[in-house]
Amino acid sequence: MVSTDLSSVASQVRRDIVRMVHGASSGHPGGSLGCADLITLLYFEAMQLDPALFSMDGKDEDLFFLSNGHISPVWYSVLARRGFFPIEELATFRKLNSRLQGHPATEEGLPGIRIASGSLGQGLSVALGAAQSKLLNGDDRTVFTLHGDGELQEGQIWEAAMYAAHKGIDNIISFVDCNGQQIDGSTEDVMSLGDLAGKWSAFGWHVLTCDGHNMDSLREAVVSGKANRGSGKPTVVLMTTSMGKGVDFMEGTHKWHGIAPNDAQLESALSQLEQTLGDY
Amino acid sequence: MVNSRYILTTEPSEKKDTRSGFGAGLLEAGKHNEHVVALCADLTGSLKMGDFQKAFPDRFYQVGIAEANMMGLAAGMTIGGKIPFTGTFANFSTGRVYDQIRQSIAYSEKNVKICASHAGLTLGEDGATHQILEDMGMMTMLPNMTVICPADYAQTKLATEAIANHKGPVYLRFGRPAVPMFLRSDVPFEIGKAQKLTEGNDVTIAATGHLVWEAMVAAMALESRGIRAEVINVHTIKPLDGRTLLESVSRTGCMVTAEEHQRLGGLGAQVAQLLAEHYPVPMEQVAVNDSFGESGTPAQLMEKYGLTPEAIIQKVETVIGRLATAVI
Repeated sequence: MVSTDLSSVASQVRRDIVRMVHGASSGHPGGSLGCADLITLLYFEAMQLDPALFSMDGKDEDLFFLSNGHISPVWYSVLARRGFFPIEELATFRKLNSRLQGHPATEEGLPGIRIASGSLGQGLSVALGAAQSKLLNGDDRTVFTLHGDGELQEGQIWEAAMYAAHKGIDNIISFVDCNGQQIDGSTEDVMSLGDLAGKWSAFGWHVLTCDGHNMDSLREAVVSGKANRGSGKPTVVLMTTSMGKGVDFMEGTHKWHGIAPNDAQLESALSQLEQTLGDY
Repeated sequence: MVNSRYILTTEPSEKKDTRSGFGAGLLEAGKHNEHVVALCADLTGSLKMGDFQKAFPDRFYQVGIAEANMMGLAAGMTIGGKIPFTGTFANFSTGRVYDQIRQSIAYSEKNVKICASHAGLTLGEDGATHQILEDMGMMTMLPNMTVICPADYAQTKLATEAIANHKGPVYLRFGRPAVPMFLRSDVPFEIGKAQKLTEGNDVTIAATGHLVWEAMVAAMALESRGIRAEVINVHTIKPLDGRTLLESVSRTGCMVTAEEHQRLGGLGAQVAQLLAEHYPVPMEQVAVNDSFGESGTPAQLMEKYGLTPEAIIQKVETVIGRLATAVI
């Protein structure tokens, strides 16, 4: 645990996100802003890890897998702010020869990343594999994942969901970013997800819900998910968020899923987000 | 002419399936390394993974009919130091899960061994839906991937043990039918090192998998006609042993490749590229010519699609004829 005011970190993370996407003239600000609170809480409080000792195996550490890899800006910002790599490196996001690829990758050796993601639906399987290795190794730390709600349209997610329950893998806590938006519109219009709580529950998962913009609510979900250990059931947290959270003109619309702000929009966005830790 | 360093016998009396070689090799790998784990998508019997499952029940993962999930699980299990071997048919090991392999295994440089049985036409009666003939091409194109296609039971067993000690993603291809056991089992399997099975200066025959024995049969028949063929067992498709192949054609001046795969993307295509870039000589391919397979017995299919010793002999005659008229 790092004693820092989580909300002030999240505010800086949101500034980083809009500045990175602006600097690259491309990227995915909407989902990144929506998940800033969760990723901040995980890395600055909930997860046991040591950035200086990052290793691929992550033995005796909590692990995090970002399955919806397009929201890489939020992850990169949090990793840098937590000390995994120099904060200045955020300026290289999506640029040639950068370790900060458009979607997360291991090839460039960026500390904090253990698998490539971007093509959707694969992260839950990977995380379950890592969770399974921890069980085999007698390592009692927890594996966390994050998925988009639109991502649940991928069939592999449900293959993995069925597997996890069948094997009783209970050292995993998976968050679903329920913002109700995807590239082409609302999830309701594109491909309605129906009763998600009912679906996960029917697949044999322990289902929790939380407010993705309330640190207490997020914290409670993590604690409750960890307490579920020993039940033989995996935990999923349906986390309600607002896409674009923190920037009024980006909030609640799919239009800011994957476009960059121009100079004036950047200025407007930054005026709404307090600089708490210093810009990179 | 026969290289006894590799060849056990040219008159094999025993036949065994290469998938059983995989099963036996997996068991050995499991005994030697506690980090070896195995995952199977509801084909434990077909893949001969039962002995491993019995010996190491806590390191065996039945994943059901969900190959995409299996590839992701395998990639994830490397995080924590495991060496996962996945087992299913070649079709479901490649085409069905190409994107999972590409992103989670190859691009992510994960130490996963993708073990694929029932490759090619010799799967037989199940027909074209299951007879994948494009798998080596797909896997070869992936950066970071090593592609291996051993020739008989003993070699498949050795290859399975060898890949457990090799760091990085590997595609291991083998098959269903019982095929002659003609290679020695006491020669270490060297990934990326082709084996010169016969020596000859008239033609080079580069073969892989089930076609290696067919090439040996062809070479023995050719010898009785005074044509001395150099048969090279290219058990590793990637990285291709260009040095051995180029050294051979520098003496023979012509090349025939043989494989149970499409002409495009397999051994022949790679050898053609190698020769075009470094040493252009007449070359012919024995391979499936841009078509799907069909139902039939393995022998009938190999005959119909031209993957026989006779077909190899015919291509040898053609290529030597081209050499004589200097038409490249």
